[in-house]
Amino acid sequence: MPTSASSWRAPQLSRRFIPVWRRNFLVWRKLALPSVLGNLADPVIYLFGLGFGIGMLVPEVGGVRYISFLAAGMVCYSTMNAASFEVLYSGFSRMHVQKTWEAIMNAPIDLDDVVFAELVWAASKALLSGAAILLVISAFGFVDTRYVLWLLPLIFLVGLAFAALGLVMTALAPSYDFFMYYFTLFITPMTLVSGVFFPIEQLPPALRAAATLLPLTHAIELARPLLLGRLPENVALHLGVIAGYGAAAFWLALALTRRRLLK
Amino acid sequence: MQADRPLTLASRSPASPLSIRGLRKRYGDTEVVAGIDLELRRGECFTLLGPNGAGKTTTLRCALGLTAPSAGEIRLAGLPVPARAREARMRVGIVPQQDSLDPDFTCAENLIVYGRYFGLDEAAIRARIPELLAFAGLEGKRDARIQALSGGMKRRLTLARALVNRPDLLILDEPTTGLDPQARHLIWERLKHLIRAGTTILLTTHFMDEAERLADRLAILDTGRMLTEGSPRDVIAAQIEPQVVEVYGDWNGGGGAGGAEAWAARHAAAFARRFEVSGETAFCYVEDAAPLLAHLSAQTGLRYLHRPANLEDVFLKLTGRELRD
Repeated sequence: MPTSASSWRAPQLSRRFIPVWRRNFLVWRKLALPSVLGNLADPVIYLFGLGFGIGMLVPEVGGVRYISFLAAGMVCYSTMNAASFEVLYSGFSRMHVQKTWEAIMNAPIDLDDVVFAELVWAASKALLSGAAILLVISAFGFVDTRYVLWLLPLIFLVGLAFAALGLVMTALAPSYDFFMYYFTLFITPMTLVSGVFFPIEQLPPALRAAATLLPLTHAIELARPLLLGRLPENVALHLGVIAGYGAAAFWLALALTRRRLLK
Repeated sequence: MQADRPLTLASRSPASPLSIRGLRKRYGDTEVVAGIDLELRRGECFTLLGPNGAGKTTTLRCALGLTAPSAGEIRLAGLPVPARAREARMRVGIVPQQDSLDPDFTCAENLIVYGRYFGLDEAAIRARIPELLAFAGLEGKRDARIQALSGGMKRRLTLARALVNRPDLLILDEPTTGLDPQARHLIWERLKHLIRAGTTILLTTHFMDEAERLADRLAILDTGRMLTEGSPRDVIAAQIEPQVVEVYGDWNGGGGAGGAEAWAARHAAAFARRFEVSGETAFCYVEDAAPLLAHLSAQTGLRYLHRPANLEDVFLKLTGRELRD
């Protein structure tokens, strides 16, 4: 543990997070198929259900087929979900139920490295399932594949941001039930106003302004043009907002986790 | 067991494996650790004995740098804690109170993954797995899932995991709590094996028999303070009368039906410098039991048990008989 006693001191990161990341990867590898299928099923069902269903009523959005419009939304939505579920439910199990973190911290690894490993792992897992979705939507020809590989780093970044936000909740959670609030009060409303299902231009001005403050909106502003074969605008702004959320949330999550576990 | 030497690294550096001076830890208004001094000697087994909430686990957490002390000075493996706790933990093996094995992994995977946390070379860890599993008596369980292990097997695997870095100092927090007698004996036997091989061990427990069996030195802790310290024999000799007579049953000598309590009220003080009544038993602590035994054999209805004083008597004398929740 660093000498400074404050919970708010800067994160002390090192490469020691790697063996912790590898521990999580080894667990995932044992359950990789059901895990990927699980993360794939939800967005693909939405994509086909809404894409074809609403696609009948709304043939085109902004000059493209509705299902092609929806594809970028689904990639971002599932990235957000995969990262969130990992740090909330699985992360809480490792921190609180299985005492995995405690075992790791008995070895020469500090809490900062453990929390950082959780962050990077959740983003990695989001990337693994995001890549599977990209494969599906590309195979079905729903998207223009010209810039599709740019989605991979974007998914990783979005995964980091939502993992960091989720880690704040994990640090505060007394039990698994607590995460329901996060989903009902934050994730679900955000999904509805961030342009996953319809363009945010449809929203009333006040709501639209609020939506531009949300990280998912910026993820979609980048993902959507890329998947339609166009280069996005204001790239630095969007990346900055997503990275800003991630960095601020990680710092907060780490401070809260230190308070919880190092007391 | 042929592999005595490689399991741990005995006596390498001259510094004390753990020295603690004036340790205090406060949570709000409660002082959980209220001034503890401790200096481990190389190769000894030191036991912290105390009721629940005595401050044993908090002392260990401070020693490992997992929480910052409110006051005091700690050196672990010769390094200042918490400043260099992480480096110090390279040289320490820990068996925590609650099992923290990875339920998704096999026994061998648990050891490999844990060894990686120490930055150990993967091939070197793999090469040691048979030895570690043999030490834990889990030779046939290399690829067994953790869920398939009994409580005793899990503890032994946790012990093997704590040896993966060949520690100078092994710290065990209540290692046999919740185990059946067979499993406890097996753990003790393994720990004695390590002690013989020169491993320094720091152990917490609230089991007297565990402390008496394993400890070279022990300290009794309560409400964050060390009440006494020394070898089990010295502590008993210093703290309590050598003989104990437990008196129980019915007593008809008081002019009516009564129990050991009625007997004690009337007679105990005449024979025992100190006595206590707990429930239906009177505990008489004496230098010489002969006069008391002669008296008791003349009573009708009373039953009694004469035995040498043990650590439990000292423990109850120092920490009281009321429940700790």
